[in-house]
Amino acid sequence: MFWIIQSAISQGILWGIMALGVYITFRVLNFADLTVDGSFALGGALSAVLIRSGVHPLLAVLIAMIGGLAAGFCTGFLNTKLRIPGLLASILTQIALYSINLRIMGSPNLSLLRIDTLFTSLADIGFPERWVTMALALVFTAAVIALMYWFFGTEIGSAIRATGNNPMMIRALGVHTDTTTILGLVFGNGLVALSGGLIAQQQGYGDIGMGTGAIVIGLAAIIIGEVLFPQTNFMLRLTGVIVGAVVYRIVIALVLKMGLRSTDMKLFTAILVALALYLPTLRGHARQFSLRRRNGHA
Amino acid sequence: MLDIKGVSKTFYPGTPNENPVLHSVDLHLNDGDFVTVIGGNGAGKSTLLNIISGAVLPDNGQVLIDSDDVTWLPEYRRARYLGRVFQDPMQGTAGDMGIDENLALAARRGQRRGLSWGIVRTERDQYKTLLQDLNLGLEGRLSTKVKLLSGGQRQALTLLMATLKQPRILLLDEHTAALDPKTGARVLDVTQALIEKYRLTTLMITHNMREAIRYGNRMIMMHEGRIILDIEGDDKQKLTVEDLLHQFERVSGTELDNDRMLLS
Repeated sequence: MFWIIQSAISQGILWGIMALGVYITFRVLNFADLTVDGSFALGGALSAVLIRSGVHPLLAVLIAMIGGLAAGFCTGFLNTKLRIPGLLASILTQIALYSINLRIMGSPNLSLLRIDTLFTSLADIGFPERWVTMALALVFTAAVIALMYWFFGTEIGSAIRATGNNPMMIRALGVHTDTTTILGLVFGNGLVALSGGLIAQQQGYGDIGMGTGAIVIGLAAIIIGEVLFPQTNFMLRLTGVIVGAVVYRIVIALVLKMGLRSTDMKLFTAILVALALYLPTLRGHARQFSLRRRNGHA
Repeated sequence: MLDIKGVSKTFYPGTPNENPVLHSVDLHLNDGDFVTVIGGNGAGKSTLLNIISGAVLPDNGQVLIDSDDVTWLPEYRRARYLGRVFQDPMQGTAGDMGIDENLALAARRGQRRGLSWGIVRTERDQYKTLLQDLNLGLEGRLSTKVKLLSGGQRQALTLLMATLKQPRILLLDEHTAALDPKTGARVLDVTQALIEKYRLTTLMITHNMREAIRYGNRMIMMHEGRIILDIEGDDKQKLTVEDLLHQFERVSGTELDNDRMLLS
């Protein structure tokens, strides 16, 4: 049991990087970006193909991230320059990426068996095998959080936050919101692909379907994080997203242990996210109800 | 300063909803002019302001600021000339960001934004002093999210933001219309104080005739896409609401149709 939880935590932290990417588009930029499913698989595809052809695993992960940056740029371009609504623009990129990912991988599934990954190479130099994933996940996550904390405190980062909050206002202050929108999508999808690249190496294969539903998992992580860390500063909110992703993974691990099939997980996740999104409304109803009762109307 | 030459605008041309809002409007503002703009519904006041700010592009004519032709310059690129306050208090500030962060965004209006910090400590002290002058008790709440402020506080903050980097022209689009009368008066006082402090060239749309007369050194009245009255100096000082109504009927040949104007 301990090792199941421990593994779920490591997985959760790795998926958390993806959730941080979703946080940038969904929360900071206020953009429902479905590119995520495609850019996550793109990261996995690039990472798997590259290490199979002998590229250093770390370099492979970085190139995977660059692929994600490009995917985000596509969605941003479609949205801002061609004026296609955000949701639709991101679905177009996502669908296009399905074909692209298959081209990259050459087959729907690429095994990394007996190929050196970041994780196996660390284990090879004597790092305790069971802790490698967690250690690497923590290092990457800490770096990503530090980067985000810094970036969104800069002038450009502040302008991106303002774009998500009130585009009309920030245009009046001289910011080209097309640029900030594109930048946010680029950054967000870069992180998503980075996460995909890491997870492909960690699980030992790249798969065309590995990104399916990633956006929903990202949302689940964000919402769980917000429930656990309400009203806090930016650093804690970012940490909350990671914690949310970890909690999500633990719940999934427990549900699987209880006998649900892994193919049921998407349904389970959808229900979980729907309930979580309903939470604010539910609270409102509960408040109304108790007020009515107190005033003797119910 | 500001020159508007023969600007026309028709919305939805060639459709059943075709709506000509401006007919070859000419307007020249001198440095330091504080001009109030008044007029009935659909007179073209807001469109005129939006054409100056770049939110709307004209069909023909020219807009010059400091003799730079900005007619086709996109909105975000003319921001360096302009400070703007909108009618809706939600529109001028980022509600999820702090008071200090909003001011810091405004302090960088029209500048290249790079990777240096979006706000530095010395700025906060400066903002504290400026907020103190507003006298709304905001100086102690620098990191408060703007969405927690009242409409009046938000408008006063937006004014401060619009004037923080002194603009060549300050554009005010009925910026007190959404506030209750008392708060509106307070915000107008702040407006007046800031305009005097920086000697700002200002264009202020209002629906309140008394305000249009009391504030500024010059007043223009618009009707059906044209400027039909342009009064300044002593003539303006001596105006009464009665005069204004008569003048309007004489020049336009109709009665004033703006209920809000008549009731306020």
